[in-house]
Amino acid sequence: MSDFNPLQEQESIVSVTDRVLPVAIGASVTSVHFLGDKAAFVGVEEKVTLVDPAGAMSPVEVAFGGILCSTSDGKRIVMGCDDGKVVVLDRDGAVSTFATDAKRRWIDSVALHPDGAVAWSAGKTAFVQAPKGEVKSFEVPSTVGGLAFAPKGLRLAIAHYNGVTLWFPNMAGNAEVLEWAGSHLGVTFSPDNKFLVTAMHEPALHGWRLVDGKHMRMTGYPARVRSISWSAGGKGLATSGADTVIIWPFASKDGPMGKEPAMLAPLKAKVTMVACHPKQDILAAGYSDGTILMVRMTDGAEILVRANKGQPVTALGWNAKGTLLAFADQDGDAGLLEL
Amino acid sequence: MSEATANKIPVTVLTGYLGAGKTTLLNRILSEKHGKKYAVIVNEFGEIGIDNDLIIGADEEVFEMNNGCVCCTVRGDLVRILDGLMKRKGKFDAIIVETTGLADPAPVAQTFFVDEDVQAHARLDAVVTVADAKWLSDRLKDAPEAKNQIAFADVIVLNKIDLVSKAELAEVEARIRAINPYAKLHKTERAQVKLSDVLERGAFDLDRILEIEPEFLNADDGHDHHGHDHDHGHHHHHDHDHGHGGLKHYHDEDMHSMSLRTDKALDASTFMPWLQDLMAKEGGKILRSKGILSFSGDDDRYVFQGVHMMLEGDHQRPWKDGEKRESRLVFIGRDLPEQLIRDGFENVIPS
Repeated sequence: MSDFNPLQEQESIVSVTDRVLPVAIGASVTSVHFLGDKAAFVGVEEKVTLVDPAGAMSPVEVAFGGILCSTSDGKRIVMGCDDGKVVVLDRDGAVSTFATDAKRRWIDSVALHPDGAVAWSAGKTAFVQAPKGEVKSFEVPSTVGGLAFAPKGLRLAIAHYNGVTLWFPNMAGNAEVLEWAGSHLGVTFSPDNKFLVTAMHEPALHGWRLVDGKHMRMTGYPARVRSISWSAGGKGLATSGADTVIIWPFASKDGPMGKEPAMLAPLKAKVTMVACHPKQDILAAGYSDGTILMVRMTDGAEILVRANKGQPVTALGWNAKGTLLAFADQDGDAGLLEL
Repeated sequence: MSEATANKIPVTVLTGYLGAGKTTLLNRILSEKHGKKYAVIVNEFGEIGIDNDLIIGADEEVFEMNNGCVCCTVRGDLVRILDGLMKRKGKFDAIIVETTGLADPAPVAQTFFVDEDVQAHARLDAVVTVADAKWLSDRLKDAPEAKNQIAFADVIVLNKIDLVSKAELAEVEARIRAINPYAKLHKTERAQVKLSDVLERGAFDLDRILEIEPEFLNADDGHDHHGHDHDHGHHHHHDHDHGHGGLKHYHDEDMHSMSLRTDKALDASTFMPWLQDLMAKEGGKILRSKGILSFSGDDDRYVFQGVHMMLEGDHQRPWKDGEKRESRLVFIGRDLPEQLIRDGFENVIPS
């Protein structure tokens, strides 16, 4: 991370703060997804708040206790709860219980397959249920840190201590293990299915080239990486964890091996959330001081979405078309920006 | 206590060998009318007889950190659970972590030093060890885990004293003191201890490191032990009981404590590198360390504490008028290289 050239002092930054529609969720938000054109702010417990582009709010009770994790494919949101339930919220606001852990353990992670299969984990066990299929499970040697479906085929990456297990739920036996010492907490496939990247407990990412298992070490962060987002087309992986947005290059067949990451949008605050635009080379970044910027990845040009007031940004997301940006902070102060 | 510290959720770690009475104590804490709500992280579901919606099962997964430090282990499951709990602040006032009887408390404690997110939201309050008066002496002989738990403790609840004679009680107490003279010791039946004696202790709060004296000097047994500050040479591999007013003195074969003291102001630029080097090289043997330091050219008391190789320290407060400016350090550990530590300390005392 030496190849860093901060932008020249800008006299004034372009601001769109006056175009943001403020939304008061009133409770801590952990993530935001879009169901159609409605933003769905997932609370720390009990509720998801649906907000339409005009700002009309409709809270939906989804859990009795804590909501530990969530994911969405734009049609539904799947959430893991601390009462052992996997809950689904669909486009019309209907809530259903998808699965219940027999021992009522915490559901620590969830993942959604483009074909509709749902994966979740409790303790050391990962579960998969394909549409109309039965529940299949796989136990790894230690607690599951994260789950991700490969973009093609029914293949699940299960992150755990000392590596990642790649499991084909429809094939008996042979799961492949990619080893790397340490605790792996988050996992993601590159959109082209060529690379697998984990966010580790220590401030680092680790990657593997899937064709030959070659390692990619992505280190140098001052803090743990909690938010990662693939740019449109999967050419870059934007990450939190530093006082700039770190973007690792994945366009070539070697991925980021031997290359420096791009470092954009430096502030005197830590990046807490990143969300790449689904179609263009633009990303949104949220910071620990409440700032939110939109950044053009090609030249680092910045637009201010939210000034540095308030709590750390905890949720950031685009709708599928890339016309709406939603955000929220730790206190539930949220907003919508229409582009 | 600083505001930042006060806002963090206190976490009490409850250890103790199998059958000592941990669950009894836990049930007492939860059932007492204290108006507080606890999140309890347990290893075995079902043993707690109290309805509490925030009981979380843990797996006691101990991870090595990838920082080249072999004794730097953390509880990975705890990182995950605390992360989930911290988002729900306001639903509970404090957290209790119960470990299994065979657990080493170090990874639990180290989790609070190493993990930035845990550190930001939670603070380790104290390690409370429940010990069985009848069986502890035996366990200290055959179970290294039991010894670790005693050595690590800030508070020891010596339970089931109704099942032993006075002589046996004195014996087990002396054995505990041979390992850890600094912990607060409470003798109980059925874990009947005041909750204020085990909760909200602030044992890891640098602001509350007031003095470092072996606990039995201040204990209620009324014996005068002043002037005996464990500075004498240790006699390993045999028990020697020189009676000091009734409390026998044992020396545990491999686990013991030592203290250092000087009234000469230390030079921070030579002392700190020595301490850091000592911890880096010998930290595997040193379970706990604490110190109050007087540096030359510094009107503040400097305090530090450590768990194995992990050290934290800070300026605490100005020395008071009339307060004796001296430096005191204590180490509790297994096979402590005592002479090496003493020689090293002598070397950094300015002549």
